[in-house]
Parts: sequence; structure tokens; C-alpha cells
Amino acid sequence: MSETKEKRQETYYESIIRQGYSRRDFMKFATFMAAYMGLETSAVGQIAKALETTPRLPVIWEHFQECTCCSESFIRSDHPIVADILLDKISLDYTLTLMAASGKQAEAAKHATIEKGGYILCVEGSVPLGDDGNYCVIAGRTSLEILKESAAGAAAIIAWGSCASNGCVQAAAPNPTQATPIHKIIKDKPIIRVPGCPPIGEVMAGVIMHYVAFGKLPELDRLGRPKAFYGKRVHDSCYRRPYYDAGLFAETFDDAHAKEGYCLYKVGCRGPMTYNSCGTIKWNNGVSYPIQSGHGCIGCSEENFWDNGPFYERLPNMTGFGIESNADDIGKIAATVVGAGIAAHAIGANIMKRKELNKRINRGIENEENIKA
Amino acid sequence: MSERIVVDPITRIEGHLRIEAEVKDGVIVDAYSSSTMVRGIEEIVKGRDPRDVWAFVQRTCGVCTTVHALTSVRAVEDALDIVIPPNAELVRNIMEGALYMHDHVVHFYHLHALDWVDVVNCLKADPAETSRVAQSISKWPKSSPGYFSDVQKRIKKFVDSGQLGIFANGYWGHPQMKLPAEINLLAVAHYLEALEWQKEIVKVHTIFGGKNPHPNYLVGGMACAINIESQGGLNAERLAYVGQLLKQGRDFVNQVYIPDLLAIAGFYRDWGAIGKGFGNYMTYGDFPTNGYNDPSSFKIPGGIILNNDLSNIIPVDHRSTDEIQELVNNSWYDNYAEGKDAGRHPWDGETNINYSGPKPPYDHLNVDEKYSFIKTPRWKGKPMEVGPLARVLIGYASGIPEFKNVVDYALAKLEVPVDALFSTLGRTAARGLETIVIADWTVEFFDTLMNNIKNGDYRMANTEKFDPSTWPAEAKGVGYMEAPRGALAHWIVIKDGKTANYQQVVPSTWNASPRDPQGQRSAYESTLIGTPVADIEQPLEIIRTIHSFDPCIACAVHLYDEHGKHISTVNNISACDV
Repeated sequence: MSETKEKRQETYYESIIRQGYSRRDFMKFATFMAAYMGLETSAVGQIAKALETTPRLPVIWEHFQECTCCSESFIRSDHPIVADILLDKISLDYTLTLMAASGKQAEAAKHATIEKGGYILCVEGSVPLGDDGNYCVIAGRTSLEILKESAAGAAAIIAWGSCASNGCVQAAAPNPTQATPIHKIIKDKPIIRVPGCPPIGEVMAGVIMHYVAFGKLPELDRLGRPKAFYGKRVHDSCYRRPYYDAGLFAETFDDAHAKEGYCLYKVGCRGPMTYNSCGTIKWNNGVSYPIQSGHGCIGCSEENFWDNGPFYERLPNMTGFGIESNADDIGKIAATVVGAGIAAHAIGANIMKRKELNKRINRGIENEENIKA
Repeated sequence: MSERIVVDPITRIEGHLRIEAEVKDGVIVDAYSSSTMVRGIEEIVKGRDPRDVWAFVQRTCGVCTTVHALTSVRAVEDALDIVIPPNAELVRNIMEGALYMHDHVVHFYHLHALDWVDVVNCLKADPAETSRVAQSISKWPKSSPGYFSDVQKRIKKFVDSGQLGIFANGYWGHPQMKLPAEINLLAVAHYLEALEWQKEIVKVHTIFGGKNPHPNYLVGGMACAINIESQGGLNAERLAYVGQLLKQGRDFVNQVYIPDLLAIAGFYRDWGAIGKGFGNYMTYGDFPTNGYNDPSSFKIPGGIILNNDLSNIIPVDHRSTDEIQELVNNSWYDNYAEGKDAGRHPWDGETNINYSGPKPPYDHLNVDEKYSFIKTPRWKGKPMEVGPLARVLIGYASGIPEFKNVVDYALAKLEVPVDALFSTLGRTAARGLETIVIADWTVEFFDTLMNNIKNGDYRMANTEKFDPSTWPAEAKGVGYMEAPRGALAHWIVIKDGKTANYQQVVPSTWNASPRDPQGQRSAYESTLIGTPVADIEQPLEIIRTIHSFDPCIACAVHLYDEHGKHISTVNNISACDV
């Protein structure tokens, strides 16, 4: 900190201290971020160091075919504190949702950042390829052309939400505008896909913090999603899972079992095939998540979830379990033999407990019949 | 000689909006409003399970999240004659009330304020004087000189860093920025506070709907079961949480938003004569207290005012094919079989995309031809302005005491006559005034819900007709509501358990649409005429009036494209589509 006083970007640490937080607060924040990213406690020092020395990161945030729910979710982030993200954590140089400037002044701000380079490109929305891209035009240029220009100089690219990651609702059949996720257009750079409709606000903040803290992309799964937030199925972190394992299900909404908080699988819950943090981080600073509030997961972070309906019918097949090979294969066979969906789940959940298996299957079938009666 | 100025992108809105305006001698003489993005949601929901449609159409907009979901479940329930339990109606009303608080506060501070507040100028303020002003207009506790001084220091370091982020290239120092530095500082402090506050009020949605944005709805009621003796449903803790959030929300509205709104408006009284519309206002009405089928029970009344005549409120009939119609004469869709200038009622609506605008990159639209993806809705051939101003005027003219009280209070406070409401200033003020009223109602709805539960009514969903096998072979429904941005309706046709047709006519379709065959302008285009522009390089005055409508453009555009992927081959002959 003793070097020249000439203009340089302020570090996280400096900005936090400047805002009146103590060193202790700062370390708490670093510890939180480490826990949040699913890291060992030994990583706390590394995060703290990175935050102390990393300058504010320029960010360009493009909006294409979208509904702005991702921007809205981002400003819901509780940690880091939402106002602080904008003033102190990143330099959000272009976003149609919040920036003061319009028209030429807005475009000029973006181009100034593109010229300097070293920015993160965030993309909210899909890009329509139909009709030469005429279905999304901003400042007289197609979103396709804009994306290519902004991506060329980006240090990293984040695809916010299911639109940019998977195409989302506008890409559902028959996809009238040929809405296309960005990884199918930009192929020469790593793209972090952060699916969800929208993604959880704290997850969005966490992805940015990961890059800033470590200066590298978070570890991604084979679909380009950060493992820290998309490593588990909603089903595996669901607090209603014990009811599922026990074969206790709501038969319809607001019935006696729904009121008891039983598993929502039979009213269509997509938790078993959906990878997201809803069951762990939950929504809006941990207040609830869809299942906790009585509605099944609709699978909004999964590719093609819109075409995997109807939402209120139980999962049409068991392909969602294909990821866990052994449990799955056995589950499928059992499902065929017994002919009861829940039997497959009982097996899948209890592959290690062969002895109890039959008992559970029978109990499950019994329950299912009781509910029907 | 006039000059054409283009503002694209219009920022601090939802969606993609372009304004082209003719300016002559420093005044706008004509204007064109265009949306340049489409997705095709109405086509996508065709053939799907009507119970699922709320989720698809909810994604029309993530800013006014919930409104399309609610309108959709109402449309399906209307078609299938499903009556929801009173608790579900109350929960929906509470969620909608929470949305109003969130949406209007965020609009005021984060989408609109930077048109009136000079962020950089707040560095010149005396924090002690800001504190004195703050304490004179509100009892909000965060108002000490030290508090404002800290905010000012923070902004100073931010500005000194040279990285202005979202404030880069703003209209700082523009001659139309009229606030004293002390008021600018007050507004900037509350911009930051509101940014933090807004993530709290939405937790009402999270508790009832599981998440925000895009909480879950359900045909037949709501999915959040009540069980006061279990952690499986809404119990005392969950409900107390909602009650607290609503009261905190109302405090923020009454102690921060409204005092700031009136304080800022006092320096911009001249905008009470700018941005006048054509004088037609429409509401559908909302907040049922005895079911959606009993409009007389709605807290916000429906109706139409023509030519600023507050003495005569005309009813609206969504089902009459002669009243609400959509036209495509200036929109990038195939004309209807009946001809270019014909309109269609939404139950018979049809919208085949056919982009015929200039090939990008372009500098100007050809406004002599079709020039927007937004269709043009009309009520009996007349353009209508919808939104907070329409609601406040119709509530006021209908003699609803809550609306009369807030309007009279604001007019007295600002010392302006009633016709100052028909303006950019009036639109922005009306948004705040209705928030006062709706915040109170929302707390009332909550109290009623608690009372119902206390009396042993735990019902939250009517699932008698949830199974499609119970449905008639064919049914038609209309769902409508007052979204924060104005009158919103969806029309559905159900055949054999599937969605056969679906049309959305949304607030920004009414306000932002291109002109009709008679050359009548819709609200955006009409209200810009006569607006002075101090510096044609800086579109500040244009965005002030446009932002006073709180545009939601992804909502306004909706199409389907029968030709799917082959549309690009059709485009070449589109010039011949007349």
C-alpha cells in the first residue's frame, strides 16, 4: 500500500475498511465466503489475501431475450450486501436495468470498458438466431453482433440464468425465434453457466466473488456449472426427503398430507432431477424454497425443463436418476417389476440397506394405496 | 426544420425500447415508440396443460414478477368455473400488495430517480442541512448529520476512484437538474437504503411462493398449505414473519418513499404541465374481497375516463368482442385476413411474426411502415392510458375515500391544481400515492387472513377441478388484474384439456404501442409531444416522461410465429405483405 498514490483501482479490503467495517468484519466475510463456496477453512486466508489485493472488477452486463428476473435476483443478494456490490465490489459499467445513462451515453460507457479490456462479461438472456437475428436488436444492432463484440475482449463470461445457459422459456418448443444459449455461439472461451429461472441471488454474487477472490473460474461440472452451487440435486438436500424415503406423499395440493409437509413427488416435484442450491442456500437469504412453501420444484435450472412437463404430473420417467448408475439401474428394474414409482425411490435411496428394502417397498405401496383410498 | 433524435437503448426499464423523436426549436413535435425484441411465449404455451401456463407466462417479466402468473391462474379458473378459497384470495392479494410496494419503490429510486437527482452534485451538500430537511419531513430514524456525512464520503471516494460504474455518463450537471445539493444527498442515501430494503419485502413472496423472483402460483388456490400445529405448512412463525415484513414495508413507504417523492416533486412543479396525454384512462380493477367473480368487491374499481372527464366512469367488458381489440397495422406481424387495419378481440387473436423493418445495423426505423414488435390495443377504437395515474384518477372519480385522501393531501402539499395530475409529474406522484393506499390494504388483508385462521378456516386450494378429466371439452376464460404498470389481461381458450389459444394484452402494450390506422398515437408517443429538450445530445427530458410510465417492454411484446425456423425465408418478401 506504500507505493504510488496515482489512480489505481481500490481493493476489496480497502473498500471494506473505508466503509467502516473492521478487520474482524472483513475476516468474517472471508470466512463466510469460504464456507459459502464449499471450501475448507484453510482457504479463508487465501480469500482474504485475494480480497485485499484485487482491484474492483469491471463488468459488462448484456440483456438480450430475457425477462430481467436475473438482474432482479442479483439485487436480492444478501451477502455481499447488495448496495456494496455495486459501489465497492465490482464496477458495473453497463447494464440496461440500472445504469443512469441511456442511448448514446450508455453505449459509450460500454465501449470505454471494452477498449480497456480485462472485464467480465455477464449475459442475461438468449440470442435469437431466427431471421438473421432481427428478433433482438439494441441500438440498431442485433444481439448476435453485440454478443460477439462484447465477448471478444472479455476475461471471462458468465451466462446468467436459464436463458443464457439453456435458452429457457423462449427456447421451449417450438422455439419460434430460434432462441439460443450463448455457449452455442461463443466457443473460444470458457463460459460459466449459472442456470435457474432465475438463479439464487447469493449464488450469482458467489460466482462473481469466486472469480474476484481467486482470479480464476470456479470449478465447473461437465455442463459448465459451478460445482459449488450445482453439485447436488434439490432432492438430496431436501428437508422433506425423509418423507420420500418413508413413502409419505401429498396426493394433491392442500390435502391432509400436504398440510403435514409430506413429499411433493406425486404432485410433480422435479427435485429428483434438478441440480441447484435451493435446499441448502434456499431463497432470499435462506427464507424458504419452493418445496418448503408447498409447491414442487419445476426444475428451472435444468436444460429443457419447460418441455419436461406437465409440471403437475409425477416425473414421466426416471431418467433424472441416470446420474447415479447403480442405484438407478436397480431402481428402474424394480419400478418395472413392482409397477409403483415410489418403490424405485425407496430402492434408490437405500441401496446400502438391502435388508430393509422389501419392508420399505411394501410400506411405500401400502401408503400409496392408503392415499388413493 | 426538425431533427430526428434516437434514444436506444432506453435504460432503467424492463426490456428493449427505442424512442425516435422529432425535435423542432427545442421542443418535441413527434415521437415514435418501438420495441425491438420478441420471444413468442403465446405460441409456446399453445398445446400445453392450462395448469402449467402460469409458469410460462410468468416469465414474460421478472420485474413485475407474479402479475402474469396471477392473471393466468385467474384466466384458467374463470374458464373452468373454479372458485378459490378465501385464504388463497387473501394470500394472492398480500403477495400483490407486497409486489406493489417493492415495484414502486424500486421504480422510484432505481429506475426513475436518476432522471431528477444529480448523484455527483450530492458531494456539494452540507450533511447537517440534509439531516435537518430529512427530520423535518419524516420520522425515519436514519437521519443524523453523521449518517448523511458517511454516505457523502462514500460517494466521494467512489467518484474519486474514476470508476463510476452504473453512474458513468449520467446526466450530471444537466441544466434540467434542479434539486439543491442537500436534497440530492438525501435521495442518494435513500437510493442505497432502498436497494437494501427491497430484498426484504419480497420475502413475503418467498414465504408463500417459495422464491422471488418468480414465486409459485397454483390453479385453484395457492400451494402453501396452512398448518398451525406443524412445520409442514404456514404456522405462527411463518405468518408472523409476513406480518412483520408488511409493516416494515409500509413504514418504508410512508417514512422514506413518500416524503422523498413530495420533496423532490416540489422542485419540479413545471413537470406538472409536461407529458400530458390524450385524456383517456382505463383500469380493470383489482384486489377482490369477495371473489374474482364479484367486481363490486374490488378495492380498486374498474372503469374508463374519456377526455379527462372525471364525472363519467364507463365500465369495461373484457368479454365483448367489440370493446378490446388488438391491431397490427404498424407492428411486425402478418396482417389479419380481414385486412391491414382490422382489429381482433384477444380470444380470436392471431399474431404471425413478420419482421419488415430495416436490416441491422441501422440508424433509423422506417416509421412510414410497420415499426415495432408491440401490437396496438384499442378500446372501442380509442387509445387508453393505463397505470397508476389511471387507477388514482378512477379511484378518485369513483369517490373511493382512500384515493380521495391521498390525492387531496398531495395536491395541497405541492400546491398544484388537480389538472397537474395529467402529466409526467402526476404519473410519478400517482404511483407513490397509490402505494400508500395499497400498503394499508395489504396489512388489512393480512389481518383478515389471521382472523380466518384463528376461526379455523385452513383451506388454501380448491382441487375439485384440478384433474383435467373433470373439465368441459371446450372453455374460454379471461383473467385480469391491475399490475403495478396498469391494466393487464390474459385470454385463454381451452380445448380437450389443452391450451388452444392464449393472448396477453399488457399495460405496456397499451402505453408503448405504435399508432393505429387512424393515426392516433398511444400514450408514450402522445405524451412526448410538446416536451422541451434542452440539449438534443442528452435525452434527459425524454427519459423522464418515458420513465414516468415505468416501461415493461418484454411484457408488451408477445407473438407467435407459425412459420418457426422458416421465417427468415419469408422475410425477403415481407415488403409485399399488404
